[in-house]
Amino acid sequence: MGCILTFVEQRGGVPRKASLEALSQARRVAQGAGWSVCAVLVGYGVKDKAADLGAWGAQTVYVADEERLALFSAEGYAAAIVAAAEVCPPSAIFMAATITGKDLSGRVAARLGTGCLADVVAVSLAGEKIQAVRPVYSGKALATVEGWSSKPVVVTLRPNVFAAEAGGGVAQVVDLPPVEAKIRSKVIEVKAAEGGELDVAEADIIVSGGRGLKAAENFALIRSLAQPLGAAVGASRAVVDAGWIAHKHQVGQTGKVVSPSLYIACGISGAIQHLAGMSSSKVIVAINKDPEAPIFKVADYGVIGDLFQVIPPMVEEIKRLKQE
Amino acid sequence: MKCCVLVAYVPDTASIIKIGSAGNRIDEGGIKWIISPYDEFALEEAIRIKEARGGEVTVITYAPERGSTGLRECLARGADHAVHVVGGEATFGDSYAIARVLAAAVQKTGPFDLILCGIKGVGSDASLVGAMVAELLDLPHVSGVVKLELGDGSLTAQRDVEGGTEVFTSPLPCLLATHKGLNEPRYPSLKGIMAAKKVPIQTFKPADLGVDEAELAGAGATTRWVKLELPPAKASGTILKGEEDPAAAARELVRLLREEAKAI
Repeated sequence: MGCILTFVEQRGGVPRKASLEALSQARRVAQGAGWSVCAVLVGYGVKDKAADLGAWGAQTVYVADEERLALFSAEGYAAAIVAAAEVCPPSAIFMAATITGKDLSGRVAARLGTGCLADVVAVSLAGEKIQAVRPVYSGKALATVEGWSSKPVVVTLRPNVFAAEAGGGVAQVVDLPPVEAKIRSKVIEVKAAEGGELDVAEADIIVSGGRGLKAAENFALIRSLAQPLGAAVGASRAVVDAGWIAHKHQVGQTGKVVSPSLYIACGISGAIQHLAGMSSSKVIVAINKDPEAPIFKVADYGVIGDLFQVIPPMVEEIKRLKQE
Repeated sequence: MKCCVLVAYVPDTASIIKIGSAGNRIDEGGIKWIISPYDEFALEEAIRIKEARGGEVTVITYAPERGSTGLRECLARGADHAVHVVGGEATFGDSYAIARVLAAAVQKTGPFDLILCGIKGVGSDASLVGAMVAELLDLPHVSGVVKLELGDGSLTAQRDVEGGTEVFTSPLPCLLATHKGLNEPRYPSLKGIMAAKKVPIQTFKPADLGVDEAELAGAGATTRWVKLELPPAKASGTILKGEEDPAAAARELVRLLREEAKAI
């Protein structure tokens, strides 16, 4: 019988949403094949939360709980995942395609002498093989990819794509032996973003601004719309390159690829590189003066008009509805 | 300090993508090839390190014949040596196979104090090769570097993560996968372009490095692209005219998002 081992990322002992999405999808894939689902939890002081993952479908949770794993290191975390894989042993290893997951997946795969299906938006079992769909050329095409190794393939799942659904029972918790790996490169400090600003890669709603804002200070208008929606602030490459806002806000080919449930593009014409980064959003809204702007071709809803005149009444209306 | 930069030669990010006749690759007709934009940050950083501390920069690519054009551009920007592993058609899309070839090339041409590459090759967009090469060479790595300080035998690097920044330390040698924000890559100078023409490019076949490409693409393959498709065309959306009465359009948009799309 096969098994899918899912690496569950945690922050302060709390599993990240993207990891619960990956674990839920592991359960769905395993169910169809009669496979089992295991999880691996890595960190320090995380063990008492391990059994909770049973509620998300994990039958066994392997735990590496050590002080030297308190902060991230690719070598230490990869060693823990590989140790879990030796005990399990899995038919596939799932993890969320977060910054951490993308970093680890390459190291884990190479350590196991196998490949990785990276940043997938669909994954299933095709016969004995894991088959997945992943956006390539920044979303301009979709590749159906398969694991071909006799060893377990690593799969990273794009956040915000797979539903996180509780379901399952009580997990058996298994302690992993202390990680013996040498840890050379490692995190020594984590700095939280100023003002607890929401990251575009994690946000469910994104409001993005582009050149149509005309000046850096007009990002205040974007923030005024983002605030009542609980949205993250995104940006086009043009305004990041102009220095109006930090690069971490950039959505698109050389920025972040996002798939929120709602993406509102304000004053963004929709260069092919920008579309590549957001076209998999569930609902796309465009606000732009130019009716010919390419962004309207991918928009589900749009307003042809001046964003300086459209956004303030939108904010007012949203606030009014929120109060109802 | 000896730096090595791994570069991928990829379709221009502005390319229109069409599906090739094999059904699992793009149609390469009319494609303009460029150095993957993230690799430009890696190359620029290596050149800056050389300028500040001395040493040399070697660029390595694993690509078909056309890759030599990319290497010439790297030389024109300031790299000293260029290594071309000719191949890559058969192993296309298999990051582990690519990493094995690149790791063998680094071993053949090294040792290096620092190996740099972009966080991802645009196109395949997998973000895997850097960490895989590091693992194969038993080196530490930091992925997504946006800030770098080199010390004596060690380094401090930063990367952006969801909701914050992580600060790393690592001993040298180390592999760094670079991200946008690390530096502003330079354009090649005319003088650089002229000088680059005289630099010989060292050429290898994978077999010269002790790697059996046919095996990597056959029995040793780990992942394959079985099909490539264009995303389904999107139905046209509801576009409101807001030139005359922007407030009315704004209210209608909010209503649609709430009642029809159920997005807010």
